[in-house]
Parts: sequence; structure tokens; C-alpha cells
Amino acid sequence: MIYQLIVFGPLVGALVAGLFTRSIGDRAAQVLTTSLVAMAALLSWWVFLQAPTETVEIARWIQSGPDQTEGSLLVNWSFKIDALTRTMLIVVTSVSALVHLYSFGYMDEDPHKGRFFAYLSLFTFAMLMLVTADNFLQMFFGWEGVGLASYLLIGFWWKKPTANAAAIKAFVVNRVGDFGYALGIVAIFLMFDTLDFAEVFEQAKAKQAATMEAGGLFGLGVDPITVICFLLFIGAMGKSAQLFLHTWLPDAMEGPTPVSALIHAATMVTAGVFLVCRCSPLFELAPSALHFVTIIGATTALFAATIGLVQHDIKRVIAYSTCSQLGYMFFAAGVGAYEAAMFHLLTHAFFKALLFLGAGSVIHAMHHEQDMRNYGGLLKKIPLTGWTMFIGTLAITGAAIPGVFGLAGYYSKDMIIEAAFASHNGAHMYAFWIGVIAAVLTSFYSWRLWFKTFLGKPRGDMATHSHAHESPLVMMIPLYVLSIGAVLAGVVFYDQFVHEGAKAFWGEAIVHGDKNHVLHDAHGVPKWVKLAPFAAMLLGLAGAVLFYILAPGIPNALARRHPGLLAFLENKWYFDELYNFIFVRPARWIGRTLWRRGDGAMIDGAINGVAMGAAPAVSAAVRKAQSGFIFRYASVMIFGIVALVTWIVLGGLG
Amino acid sequence: MDGLDYRWLTFLTFLPLVGAGLTLLFSERNESDQLQIKRFALGVTVITFLTSLILLAYFDPSKEGYQFVEESKWVAGLTYKLGVDGLSFPFVLLTTFLTPLVILASWSVTSRVKEYMIAFLALETLMIGVFVSLDIVLFYLFFEGGLIPMFLIIGVWGGKDRVYASFKFFLYTLLGSVLMLVAMLWMISTVGDSAWFKTFVDAYKAANPDATLLPVASDITVLTEYASAAHKDPATGQSFIGFDPRSFSFLGIYLPAGVQSLLWLAFFASFAVKMPMWPVHTWLPDAHVQAPTAGSMVLAAILLKMGGYGLLRFSLPMFPQASADFANFVFVLSVVAIIYTSLVALAQEDMKKLIAYSSVAHMGYVTLGIFAGNQQGIDGAVFQMISHGFISAGLFMLVGVIYERAHTREISAFGGLAERMPIYAALLMLFAMANVGLPGTSGFVGEILALMGAFQASHWVAFAATSGVILSAAYMLTLYRRVALGEMTNKALETINDMTAREKLITAPLAAGAIILGVYPSLATDMFGPTTARLVAGVERAEAEAKKADAALEKRSVELVSTK
Repeated sequence: MIYQLIVFGPLVGALVAGLFTRSIGDRAAQVLTTSLVAMAALLSWWVFLQAPTETVEIARWIQSGPDQTEGSLLVNWSFKIDALTRTMLIVVTSVSALVHLYSFGYMDEDPHKGRFFAYLSLFTFAMLMLVTADNFLQMFFGWEGVGLASYLLIGFWWKKPTANAAAIKAFVVNRVGDFGYALGIVAIFLMFDTLDFAEVFEQAKAKQAATMEAGGLFGLGVDPITVICFLLFIGAMGKSAQLFLHTWLPDAMEGPTPVSALIHAATMVTAGVFLVCRCSPLFELAPSALHFVTIIGATTALFAATIGLVQHDIKRVIAYSTCSQLGYMFFAAGVGAYEAAMFHLLTHAFFKALLFLGAGSVIHAMHHEQDMRNYGGLLKKIPLTGWTMFIGTLAITGAAIPGVFGLAGYYSKDMIIEAAFASHNGAHMYAFWIGVIAAVLTSFYSWRLWFKTFLGKPRGDMATHSHAHESPLVMMIPLYVLSIGAVLAGVVFYDQFVHEGAKAFWGEAIVHGDKNHVLHDAHGVPKWVKLAPFAAMLLGLAGAVLFYILAPGIPNALARRHPGLLAFLENKWYFDELYNFIFVRPARWIGRTLWRRGDGAMIDGAINGVAMGAAPAVSAAVRKAQSGFIFRYASVMIFGIVALVTWIVLGGLG
Repeated sequence: MDGLDYRWLTFLTFLPLVGAGLTLLFSERNESDQLQIKRFALGVTVITFLTSLILLAYFDPSKEGYQFVEESKWVAGLTYKLGVDGLSFPFVLLTTFLTPLVILASWSVTSRVKEYMIAFLALETLMIGVFVSLDIVLFYLFFEGGLIPMFLIIGVWGGKDRVYASFKFFLYTLLGSVLMLVAMLWMISTVGDSAWFKTFVDAYKAANPDATLLPVASDITVLTEYASAAHKDPATGQSFIGFDPRSFSFLGIYLPAGVQSLLWLAFFASFAVKMPMWPVHTWLPDAHVQAPTAGSMVLAAILLKMGGYGLLRFSLPMFPQASADFANFVFVLSVVAIIYTSLVALAQEDMKKLIAYSSVAHMGYVTLGIFAGNQQGIDGAVFQMISHGFISAGLFMLVGVIYERAHTREISAFGGLAERMPIYAALLMLFAMANVGLPGTSGFVGEILALMGAFQASHWVAFAATSGVILSAAYMLTLYRRVALGEMTNKALETINDMTAREKLITAPLAAGAIILGVYPSLATDMFGPTTARLVAGVERAEAEAKKADAALEKRSVELVSTK
């Protein structure tokens, strides 16, 4: 029952707020949705601490074919509760509850509060369905459900053309990923005759050998499990905005900031990581898929970080940072350290939500100004926001006193980098070095953001600056809570997630192949490897201090010296332009051509010409006539058919 | 039998026609007369729907064969035989469920209301008739007869170019059907003359000595049985299964399943136009654009389903070998339909055309599933047809709502409707999402099942078909954005009002259907599942036998060669 309350509570809130806000009023809708999600959060923590492992069936969903026969499909609505689910439950419900609360303040002046809270709760429901799914199809339900909620929330301010465009882009790009996921699902069904996680994972090894003999999938002669893992990972790339399918995430910042914090930082975008970890029994059998995951993850970590260096919009910096951090999680999973990926997912949820909500507080204070070039010196105006974001920045960059205590990112990110070093995956050193370099960049852009916003002299419109004010308490409480998480999440969960307690904690939820000892080996890496990320953090910090405090002329000078590089980064490696050129415009052109030439000239032309050469003449003649004429025509036809049938009946069959 | 033994299907089928006859008695002098007629028609269709619910209560999905069967002699040696099974009954329910909504959607019609309602009531009878006919000639009459009221609905109450569109509609579908008629006649005479049929009748006589009605060769159950029985060629002594599948060449064209191939092609010509499949789909956008809202709803929701129903009732069980031979051909057409028409939909400026092209793409999944020939494929196809009935009817209804207010369907004329029409915008979102196959809506269940089926038949075909999910999202969301979102730029729409109670009443059941079937699809799959399972078993049996026959043939030719 407790799981039903957690998952369906937010759905009830969403439905009531969505359908009845007009009758119950904004405030009631807000309070209802928020308390239902808060209840879900409390129950989730209870579940997390109790640590049950079970499967709870709710109802039949899709059945095709008789019960218990070969070739039949039976999918249930059902919850799978294990360590992975429990971890995701606390992440999703906690951040969601805080974001609901925060939105009381942030959306205070919006006329459509009921709708906003309904969407937030709808998202929470879909995300919970995703993480509690016990089969691939239910996960896909949640997967596309969060996509819908994301679409609705990005386009929440639907009068803004940019918001609408961003919403469509998010949905369509995600659908490209879902295309892979859906094919993965049908391939899994063909191979395993079931879509239940437990059964698929159990049979994976045995079926791998059997199906290989049959020629594999797509006649490629490639190991079918590898193909399935690739397909699933394409889905993950879309949802988690990895390289090639990342273009929607920065644009998604058009949505209200609480949305960015909840969906586009802490929860939805991590679904891809969750998927890969959930499918560890499959990925462990597909080394080349893991190889691919590692390379894509590592490359995204670096690529997004480079773009983050030069963005001016405060939210976009954090968006690229998210993209980059997700890359870390993926290459952690790629090198076999699924636990480290989940650990970083957890800590990242706290500090990234903190940074986003902090940014929201800044934007709120600055009357929706998002360009950091118009910030500066805000620490005096909004000190509480400033210092909580300071904590968030320390956490993401991995600040610590090595060997004594560190903030959340110190434990999880360093763990990932160490695991990459210790792994035997073919791309592990690539991932390791990129992890270190990206750590320098992370530290640099994170401090750049903080320095440009809170230190220095106020820039831009002075009236805005003079009116800047600290956010109300409902917005500050989430920041405080998340700050505590950003400080403590690493040190508290380190042992359970990735160290001595890991085996007991994860249980059967994550599976390692026989040769995968990366989690153990990661703790035994050389000293310099352990210190490398810390040094990288210091290097980035030093760079930021130099560029933005000591010698603020350097950035401009550099920009003047390398205009091409700057343009390349500012234009986000020209991905949007490229996609527009090779996909979007050709699709429209082909569509128009097929319509006018294909349907119009060729098909209609041919069929009209051959089969009804007289039709244009007929219709031209008829067009002049009254509609009463049609009646006569029809009666002639009826008569004709009757005559025809009579002839058949009497003569043709006699 | 079944506790219902008195011609309930006849009652159900002809109730609307009787209503149409009674409508003739009304006079139409003023608005209150018109209202009377509308109310009467609505009453008739509601009673028809309730009647179908009574049948539903007695319908037993697990029972093999047809139910509520009734049979009697008819003119000139033909038999009047009705019955339903798990395959046809869902479509009967869909028809009786939708017609009252369609009548309600016609409330604003003001010209020739009497004739309009007569046309729709007659159409309902003809549509139900198609699904309940168990005699092939009867089926043909209903199948073709349905053209006439629809032709009138488009031609009389349609838009500006209604005459062109109605002729195009009529000629396309009629031309397709002529071939089918010829094939049907050939089948009836071949089966009637066969030795197998004589044995069959004798056996029947022996089992039912008091029978007044003997089996006839036009009976669908007899034809289906013939299709799976073994026969001997009297001339050569060769044996074969079903409609002669022995290959031959004709005018240099090789027919792998011989006569069966020809029969298959003849039926396919008719059903492919009706579905419609690419490249004989071009009548549909024109017909939709010109048809009144209610006409579009019926056309998309029910008339298109007759093609898929026919493929499942005739092509697959009666010509299994030809179906297997032509499967790849159909796959290609289906995949082209999905991708081609989705791209074309992207380019549309007229809301109805866009949805019409989207329908063609969605029917592509249906044909894909049917010819995959396995459980998921066929279940997916049937489900997709039922689901599309709800979704397309809802979408066309919603287009009608704003057409009545703005008198245009140009997408560019709208924008920002969400401001003044929040309920409309919400419903349009719901149907758009159902149309793109979002999980949790009925659109998803049909699509994913059809894809699962297709994947078992061919990985690459499924791969290509799945790309439709990207394109459908692109065109539906673009449509939604241009109609409902953004600033309202069209001054004429500034006073537009949200949906009326009547409009909500029509749309709500359709929306509910799309969601309920998405969350609990077993409501439908439990009804048709056992029947489709038997259908699949039949297809598999036929395939196995064909393989056996091929092997035997090969063996003999090897022997021939070796003796030489």
C-alpha cells in the first residue's frame, strides 16, 4: 500500500489541480499537490531506511496471446522495489517536494499556478512510475510520461515562441532516443518472450549463446545482447542529453527555473543513467556497448564543459554543467562502476538542484534578468542565496580537505575518476583523463558563475540592481535543505554506495560480471590518481580567480585573440545549425515535394489519367449542377447496384 | 443458444434503417421540426447502442466460432446469415458507440436535416452489416452499399469542392471493389462445384437430418473451411490445400501461389483502397477536407476499418499462402505509407488534411501487423484500428469545433487558442498525445504490439516503421503549437468561445475511451484475443503445410532428376 501512496499520491494531486483548480482555487491546489508529494517523500525515506526488496503487482496491462503460452506477451502494472528503486525514490520525491515548496514563491505572480503545480505533480508521478517499473514497457510509460511533462513545463509560458520551440525540440529529440528504446523493447521481447526485468536478466546469459547461432538481430551477425544494449542506450542518450542528442537540454531552460531544477537537473535527465544501471546484467554481457557508453559519456563530459565556459545565461551554464555531469555518470557506468554512477546521481541531485534553485532566486531578485553580464556584486544584496550557492559550487567542484572531510561532489566525482583508472574497459584511460580535464573545467565555470554573479561591481541596469531583494522564506527553505544535502550526502552515503557496505546495500539490484572488480580496485589506485581530481579542482579555481578577480581583462583579451574558437564554443559546436541543415530542413522539403509531386502529380495524375480519364470533365459538368443533382446520381447508382446484384443472383450463379 | 435466440443481430443491424424509414414521416418546415428529427435520430442510435450492450452481456469471447448466428433463405438461392466473433464484435460496438456521438456532432446542420439523418442512419445499418455478415454476397452488399450514404454525405453537405471529392471517393473505392466482386463469384462457383463441398453437404445432412437449410458455397464459414481443407485436382490428380495455390506464370508474370495469388490480389485491391494504403490513399485527404465534421468522424473511425477487417476476415484465413508470399510486398507499402505520409503531414496547411495523412500513416501499422501474421502483430492491428476509431473521431471533432467558429481549417489562421479555449486546448493536447502513441493512451498499445509483431517478421521493416514515432511527434506538436499556443494574432478569433456542453459531451467519451484502453487494454484484447489466437494458429498451420508441400515437391523433382 505504501508504494501505491508514494506513486499515485502525486497523480491524484495532478488530476485535482489540473481539473478543479477553478473550483477549489489556486492556494488549495498548491497546498494539496505539495502535501501529497511531501507525503510521498516522507514515505520514500521510510522505505529507503527499511530497505525492503519486493515486487508488488497492481493490475494486468497489455496481454497478447493466451496465458502461459510461447509467443504470448503479458505485461503487468507492477512495482519492483530494490536498492536502485529506493535510491531513486528518495531523490525524486525529495527534490520534487522541495521544488513544489519553492514554486509557492517563485510562481507567486503567475496567473496559472494550478496548472503549473498540476504539471509538476504529473511529472513526479511519471518519474515514479519510471523508477518503480518492474518491466521494460512500464518503464517506457514513465519514460515518455516524463517526456510529456517536460514538454508541458518547458512550454509552460506558451505565449513565448522560444518556449514553444524549445518544448517541441525537447519532445522530438527525445523521441529519437525513444525510437531506439522502443526497438530495444521489441527486440527483447523477441529474444526473451517476456519484458519483465527479473526474467530477462536471469535468462540473459543462456539466451545470448542460443540467439547468436540464429544469426542475431538485424542479420548483422552481431551479438544480440550487444544490439539490445545499444538500442537501449540510444534511449538513454536522448533522455540524458548525451552528445548528439543533447541539443534540447540547453533550450529547455526556457521553462520556469523550478522546472529546470527538478526535471532538467536532478531527476528526469538522470533516467538514462538509471536505465543503464538497471540493465547492468545486460550491459555486463555486452563489452562493446559498455565501451560505447564510456566514450559517449566521457566525450559529453568534456564537450559540454567546454561550452559551459563561455555561456552568459546563468541557467545555460548550469544546463551545460548538468550535461557534463551526466557524462561523468555514464562513463562511470561504462567502466562498470554502476554504484559510483548512482552515487554521483544522488549527490548531483542535491547540489545541482541547489544551484538551479539558487539561480532561480537570483533571477527572481533580478526581475527575470538571466544574463550574467548584468550581474555582479550581488552578494551584498542577496547574501543568503549567495552563500547557499557558494556551498553548491564547493560541492560540485569537489572541494575538500583530503583525507578529512569533503563535500558531496568530492566523494562521488573522485570515485568515478578512480574507477575509470582502475577499470579494464578498453576506453578507461580516455575516460580517466577526460574526467580529470573536465574536473578542471567544471571548477572553472562553476566559480566563474559564482564570481561573476556575486562578486565585483554591479553591471547592467542599476535600477534592477537597486531593487534586488532576497527571496521569501518558502524559496529559501529548499535552498537550506539542499545545502545540507550538498554538504553531507557524500560523506554519509559513501560507505553504503561505493565502499565496504556496497555489497550489502545494492544486493541483487546491480550485477557485476565475473571479471568486473572495478569497485574494489578503485579503492586501491595510486596516490596521484586519488589526488588528481582534487588538484584539477584547485587548478580550475585558481584559473577562475585569475580571470574574474585578479585580472578581469584576460577573458576579453583571449576572446579577441581567438575569435574562431570563441564563436565555435558560443555557438555550441554548431550542432543546432548542423541538425537544421541535415534533418529539419530536408524533412520539410521532402514532405512538400512528396505531397505536391508524389501525391499530386504522380499518384493522382496516374490514377486519374488511367482509371478515370473522364472524371475532370464529369466533375466540371457536375460542379455547375445543384446538389439535388447528386441525388439523381445516387439513385442511378443504387439502381445500378441493385441491377448488378440481381443479375449475379439470377444469371451469374444459376 | 446463449440465452439470446431471436434474431438479435438482425434487430441490431436494421434498427437504424427502420429509424431512417420512420424519419421519412417527419416534415421539415422550421427549426423546431429539425430539432425533432435530430432528437429522433439520436434516440434511434442510442437505442441501437443499448441493444449492442445487451449483446455484449451475452457475448462469450472464449467461445469458438461465431455467436448469435442466424440464418435463413433469401432471394434466389442466396442465404442470409449473420453472426459475430471476437474479431467483428468490437467493431460492431465501435460503430454503435460512435454513431450517437456523430449524430450529436451534427446538431448544427441546418440544410436538409431529414435527408442528412436518413443518410447517417442508413449508413449505420450498412456499417454494422459489414461486420456481422457471414455470407460473402451479403458482405459485399453492405460493404459497397456503405459507399452511397457516404457519397451523399460528402456530396451534399460537404465543402466547396465536395463534388470532386465525393466522386473521387466513390470511384476509387468502387473500382477497387469490382475486382473483389469477380473474385468472390469465382470462389463461390469453384467451391460450389468442388467434390469437397458435396462431401461437406452430405456430412452436414447426415449430422442434421431435419435441417431445412443446407450449407451454401457463399457462406464465409464454408469458404474458410474450404481454404484449410485438402483438395484434389480432378484432371491431374495433384493434391493441394485450400484455394489452388499451385504456382504458374501468366503473361510472363510468375504467380507463386497461382490462383490464390490472383484472388488475394483482387481482395487486396479493394481493401487497400479502403484502408487506405499508399499509393491509393489520395482520395482520403480530399474526402476528409470536403466532408462535414460528422462525415469525417465516421469515415476515419469506422469506414477505414473495413479494409483492415476484410484483410483479417478474408485475405489472411482464406489465402494464407498468398498472404505469406505477398507479406513483403505489403510490408514495403506499409513502411512507405508510414514514412511518406508522415513527411507529407509535416507539410500540410489544412488541419483536416494533416489528420487525414496521419490516418494513412497509422493504418500502415495495421497492415504491417496483419501481415506479420503473428499474435502480437494481429492483436496490434486490431487494437490499433479500435484505438484509431476513438482518436481520429476525437481529432476530427475538435477540428469541427473550431471550423464552426472560424469557418476555416487553415492552420495559419489560428494560434493562441489556449487563452480563450483552455478546455479545447487541453482536449486537443490529449488527442494529439494519443495520436503520437504516448504510453498510457490507446495509441501506444496498438503501435507497440504491431511493431512487436513486425519485428518478429522482419527486423529492418520494424526498424523503418518505428521511425514513424519521431515524425508523428513532429507534425502533431507543430500542429498543436500553431493552433493552440503563441499569441492570438487573428483578430477575428478574439471573441471565440470555449467548447459548449454539447461539444464536450461528444468529445469526453472519446477521450475517456482513448485513456481507458491505454491503461487497461485488456478490455478490448480479452474480447478479440481468443479469436485472433485461433486466426494465428490457422496461419501457422497453413504455413507449415505449405512448407511440407514445397518439400514434397522438391523431393519429387529431385527424384525425377535422379531417375533421369
